[in-house]
Amino acid sequence: MTNISQNEAAASGRPPALPSWVIARIEALAIPVFALIAGAALFSLFLMTQGKSPQEFFALVWRAAFSSAFSWKNTLSHVSPLLMAALCVAIPARLGLMVIGGEGAIILGGLAAAVVGASCGSIPAFFGFAAMVVAAFVVGGVWIGTVGALRVKRGVNETISSLLMAYIATAIFNQLVESVFRDPASLNKPATMPIPDALRVTDLPFLSTHWGVPVGIVICIACYFLLERTTIGFAARVTGDNIRAAQIQGLPVSRLVIGFTGLAGGLAGLGGFFEVSAIYGNANDSLISGVGNTGILVAFLARHNPLAIIPVALLLGGFEASSGLVQRRMDLPDATILVFEGCIFILVLLSETLYGRSDSLIRKILFAGRSK
Amino acid sequence: MSDRRKAPSVETIDMTMRFGAFTALDAVSIKVEAGSFHALLGENGAGKSTLVKCMMGFYKATDGQMTVNDKEVEIDDPKDAYDLGLGMVYQHFTLVPSLTAAENLVIARADTPAVIDWRKERRRLETFMASMPFSVPLNRPVHSLAAGEKQKLEILKQLYLGNHFLILDEPTSVLTPSEADEVLGHVHKMTKAGDLTVLMITHKFREVRAFADSVTVLRRGKRVGTGRVADLSNDDMAAMMMGQAEMATPLARSGDTGRTVLSLDHAKAVDRSGTKEISIDALDVRSGEIVGLAGISGNGQVELMEMLTGQRSLLSGSIRVEGTAYHATRSEARQHKVRYLPEEPLLNASAPHMSVADNLALRSFDEDGRLFLDRKGIMQRANALIDDFDIRTQGPRAPIRDLSGGNVQRAALARELSGDVTLLIVSNPCFGLDFSAARTIRDRIMEARNKGAAVLLISEDLDEILELSDRVAVISEGRIAFETPVADADPKALGHFMAGHA
Repeated sequence: MTNISQNEAAASGRPPALPSWVIARIEALAIPVFALIAGAALFSLFLMTQGKSPQEFFALVWRAAFSSAFSWKNTLSHVSPLLMAALCVAIPARLGLMVIGGEGAIILGGLAAAVVGASCGSIPAFFGFAAMVVAAFVVGGVWIGTVGALRVKRGVNETISSLLMAYIATAIFNQLVESVFRDPASLNKPATMPIPDALRVTDLPFLSTHWGVPVGIVICIACYFLLERTTIGFAARVTGDNIRAAQIQGLPVSRLVIGFTGLAGGLAGLGGFFEVSAIYGNANDSLISGVGNTGILVAFLARHNPLAIIPVALLLGGFEASSGLVQRRMDLPDATILVFEGCIFILVLLSETLYGRSDSLIRKILFAGRSK
Repeated sequence: MSDRRKAPSVETIDMTMRFGAFTALDAVSIKVEAGSFHALLGENGAGKSTLVKCMMGFYKATDGQMTVNDKEVEIDDPKDAYDLGLGMVYQHFTLVPSLTAAENLVIARADTPAVIDWRKERRRLETFMASMPFSVPLNRPVHSLAAGEKQKLEILKQLYLGNHFLILDEPTSVLTPSEADEVLGHVHKMTKAGDLTVLMITHKFREVRAFADSVTVLRRGKRVGTGRVADLSNDDMAAMMMGQAEMATPLARSGDTGRTVLSLDHAKAVDRSGTKEISIDALDVRSGEIVGLAGISGNGQVELMEMLTGQRSLLSGSIRVEGTAYHATRSEARQHKVRYLPEEPLLNASAPHMSVADNLALRSFDEDGRLFLDRKGIMQRANALIDDFDIRTQGPRAPIRDLSGGNVQRAALARELSGDVTLLIVSNPCFGLDFSAARTIRDRIMEARNKGAAVLLISEDLDEILELSDRVAVISEGRIAFETPVADADPKALGHFMAGHA
């Protein structure tokens, strides 16, 4: 059927038709790449208004983020929390929920892990790690799970509630770190008691990054399988696409929403665990880094596909890692990278309107050589 | 621009529209004389919508010309169409429900001033209304108007905007027959008076016969017939629409009624507004029978469907299936083989962005408690069902929202009617479908009944109820107002109960 119509079309000189799902697959890759390039172009204009050279900027980003073993270490150190923060956006998004407060789950998960870790110095390391992971996952999960529960039980908009709860999380974090959990020895910068060395996540053998990166990648792959290949994931996707149809089919909509938002928050909490255990050694306000917000950009660029989150997080991790060098060499403020990310985000959101409209353009490009 | 006040003639010449390799409209020429009422007939997907969208500038036709008052015109966007005095009235309302009729009319104008002098506008509107053959209350919010009044307001809006060529896209599909007759009667009179030229898309022969002067029939993007309505019989028009295919006769009724499957006992729930109550004292559906629940839209049908699908909790009373209490959970629905066909399946029974195959698997994907999706099985099943139920799609991987309305409904039927069915609950299954699609769907419902399923058919289409049902009940203001075997059902008496004059 398809072959016949393609031959007919070729004979008449028009580019052959492609099935809509093939177009959709091509769009899913091409449009975010286009948004990324267009965002970089927009940012270049911004740089020029500042009298700076875009070439120099992108060369510096390359050098700082991807050119050497040292720069890769720097990049990868940013990737681990980004993967988790992005999953915290992407998983609820597949259920039709726009959760943007993953930051809250990261910092409270990190705090929980740090507090539990500091008090588990005397038990075997395996149990200590298990206790930290469970604490981080449960606290993060309850935090974002509450957002899901408010949505299904009380109809509260999840975007607003997750954002406001992130502010509440920051306040709780600061309050607890400066009072009950404060290490008396931390004078200038309030922090929790140090996590014993036995419970610090180590670097990978031969590679200059900690275990958070490979674990995050494995979790991304696992989430992809959960969403795409399991019946639970299927039910979640149906719920996200049409909640009424899901209800009429008798799917447990409330449980799915609360379960998956809980999972998303738990993973963000796990991101917090890796930050405190691998990087800081305790919970202090460095944990409030805005990585949850960068994670939103990663998830959107990856179109909420957990597999695509992996390369996108590498790229964005690289951008984040280059901010120091850009600041020193080009005499630009620290926030310049945020402007760059903002440009990309705007273009990603604008490019949403292109989906389903690029059919004829895609066919022209694909069959450019053939239609003569 | 010529005189906007008079009804123009409009003609398309060899209008062609291609989407990629697919030709939706193939050199269609249609002439609508000034002051005539022209009907455009065709099956779903015949190209009626494509043709009018080209005429209104929503699509840019691949080829062909268009003339207004015998002058060639170029219509690149809807604004061009508006400038030429062409207007369109859609199947569904485009009014702002919370605003009054007067406000809706004023904001529809292209030249609404930044500050509105309401006193002046109201005077203008009253003069305008006085010059019209029919009127609507100007100062009530639109949501409080009946469907017929809303549709009249839509038509008045076009006239107020100075459009004297109107395309009506299935304008009566949300109206009761008497409302439809009234609205079309007024339109008909205005065409007779030379104030209006009308091109109406419809499926209903009755309306074509009663109101239209001439008719054009499309099939598969081609014009297959045109002529004066007086010269054509219904069979002629049906034959043109369907092509070679014979008009199928409805599937016969067979088999006996058995035990009670569904029973509602003093089931009460809050209605949508939260102020009134839905209260079904007694409603039983037995195996091997179709119980038709007739009623005018908004009398509790939606709420009853929600009670039966577990989306609306009961205040008191009970819903029982095969004698046990039923809450519409997935496991209960599976255990008792309960199936649903909600109205507007794309909105209520499909995941629109997911594939046809996935949608066909919505009911069965987690059978036997499996954890991993059987992707090969889903695809095989989809291919079988697509063949079996004649679902027209680019393939099982196409997203279901790309399908036409009739095919989405076929897909929903294919999913819900495969395997044994004990109880089938259906709501307005043929809403917006043309008659060959409707025929298939009704036959499938009858087939399920003949195989022993208990069927509850909630429908606003009284003809459909009378054709399919064994017993008829009337719902009015959230209560069962009347019940009778279909043999004793008199449409007039039913209408009486539907209107709430018990």
